[in-house]
Amino acid sequence: MVQTKPKFEAGVKDYRLTYYTPDYTPKDTDLLACFRMTPQPGVPPEEAGAAVAAESSTGTWTTVWTDNLTDLDRYKGRCYDLEAVPGEDNQYFCFVAYPLDLFEEGSVTNVLTSIVGNVFGFKALRALRLEDLRFPVALIKTFQGPPHGITVERDLLNKYGRPLLGCTIKPKLGLSAKNYGRAVYECLRGGLDFTKDDENINSQPFMRWRDRFLFVQEAIEKAQAETNEIKGHYLNVTAPTCEQMMQRAEFAKEIGTPIVMHDYLTGGFTANTTLARWCRDNGVLLHIHRAMHAVIDRQRNHGIHFRVLAKCLRLSGGDHLHSGTVVGKLEGERGITMGFVDLMREDYVEEDRSRGIFFTQDYASLPGTMPVASGGIHVWHMPALVEIFGDDSCLQFGGGTLGHPWGNAPGATANRVALEACVQARNEGRNLAREGNDVIREACRWSPELAAACELWKEIKFEFEAMDTL
Amino acid sequence: MSRLIIHPDQNSYLNQLRETLAMKTLPKEKRYETLSYLPPLTDQQIAQQINYMIDQGYIPAVEFEKDPNPGDHHWTLWKLPLFNATSPQDVLTEVRECRQEYSDSYIRVVGFDNIKQCQTVSFIVYKPGTSRF
Repeated sequence: MVQTKPKFEAGVKDYRLTYYTPDYTPKDTDLLACFRMTPQPGVPPEEAGAAVAAESSTGTWTTVWTDNLTDLDRYKGRCYDLEAVPGEDNQYFCFVAYPLDLFEEGSVTNVLTSIVGNVFGFKALRALRLEDLRFPVALIKTFQGPPHGITVERDLLNKYGRPLLGCTIKPKLGLSAKNYGRAVYECLRGGLDFTKDDENINSQPFMRWRDRFLFVQEAIEKAQAETNEIKGHYLNVTAPTCEQMMQRAEFAKEIGTPIVMHDYLTGGFTANTTLARWCRDNGVLLHIHRAMHAVIDRQRNHGIHFRVLAKCLRLSGGDHLHSGTVVGKLEGERGITMGFVDLMREDYVEEDRSRGIFFTQDYASLPGTMPVASGGIHVWHMPALVEIFGDDSCLQFGGGTLGHPWGNAPGATANRVALEACVQARNEGRNLAREGNDVIREACRWSPELAAACELWKEIKFEFEAMDTL
Repeated sequence: MSRLIIHPDQNSYLNQLRETLAMKTLPKEKRYETLSYLPPLTDQQIAQQINYMIDQGYIPAVEFEKDPNPGDHHWTLWKLPLFNATSPQDVLTEVRECRQEYSDSYIRVVGFDNIKQCQTVSFIVYKPGTSRF
């Protein structure tokens, strides 16, 4: 067979000649991306879409002779579909398919460097947002994912049929290690499953990491012995260097703590993946914080949607990930949040545009990551949280525990009682959306801790009915 | 402190409650995981929980242990999981039998999901020293 020899013609070609392929049918092994694209005025969407595909894969602004030493068709990204975004002027959903061989196995870092690299500063675009990624099963299978996953975590902790309960120790900064340990002990003995280091607690002058780890571990063991339930505290091992991070993790394991914590965006995906692999090898659970996410995901037109960051974390590895609380937000956001919560914890998630899910995602038995709802919630939110998040979630009441008028332990009990009352009522067939406040009030009759909490914080009106009809 | 939230029919109850709302130290007390922070469940309440479990398609089982530690993942299984249980009564009967034979043990009802291949439910139904049945 005689091959056609390529010819080299120097110069600048329109991207769309090579990278816009509306007739292309994506392969099962392609990695698919959906971008929300805002071209500069005057740039046709086909050219902008092709530019996105090119700049995030094989393309360079001009033709180079070394292009002729490779098979571009085998490696190029392809813009295979464009859709005008409903209700927006000059905004398009741009769908790009990337061949599997563009990516290193098991590397979230590599995937992101390619797909959200240079292209986001590209001049022909006014703004660009990565809305969703579809990882092909062939690539998924090269990732370890969460060290343990939801079902193994439950087995390790011996906790079933209810959401887990947590609390971030406050004030965020400035407590000594011993006082910090006391706050942890009081929360855990009151009935919480976990307490948590705040994200910015690493190893500062007021409390060095080793001192904190030791006092916290003592608190865990004491509370565990007294309550007869398994307890944990997310010991934050986020550190200036990977070596220091691993040193802290090794020490945490050595003293027998069940779970450590990492900040995956500020710490970085490579560090996170290293830690996650270590966690599986060493039987330590991994809680993931997401500081910096809002810098990346808050703008509607530019950046990366959190569902992509959540998927990337599941691949990189984490047993818990913060997901927001939904409660009190706008109706539309409930669907969107629960969309990426499903992407965190389910094995197979169908495309559903109303929940922001652009691609069907098959995780091929990759373990699930537990969503963590944290921030600004208290006992009156409990029915809504149980209703929305279900059992496979971790509900974290910071101020809602520590702000109890009698202190941490009774505050923790108030939350645990409210949680169990809601679980019991739900299982009995009661509608938490409608009767949630009654359930809480009934439990106040026999729990003075809950009654005191309910007196302090304001009752909430639920409007679930409207939400459910959406 | 914010105002009391008073439900129309609860004035007298809350007045009474306010007197008992003086600050308290939480007593040290052993717990036994899910639903152990509620008052002991009545037979009817246990039956409702089992009913939910059966509705979800979970396989119920009964476990007991005399002096369980927090790290005891396995309590002793009472007979076999109740694969043929169709009503809460089937399970309650086994709980009663187990309690008669091991009245000095803690007893919990657990549930298995054979599709997800994991345990999904566990709640305490009997603590020695408290009469329930």
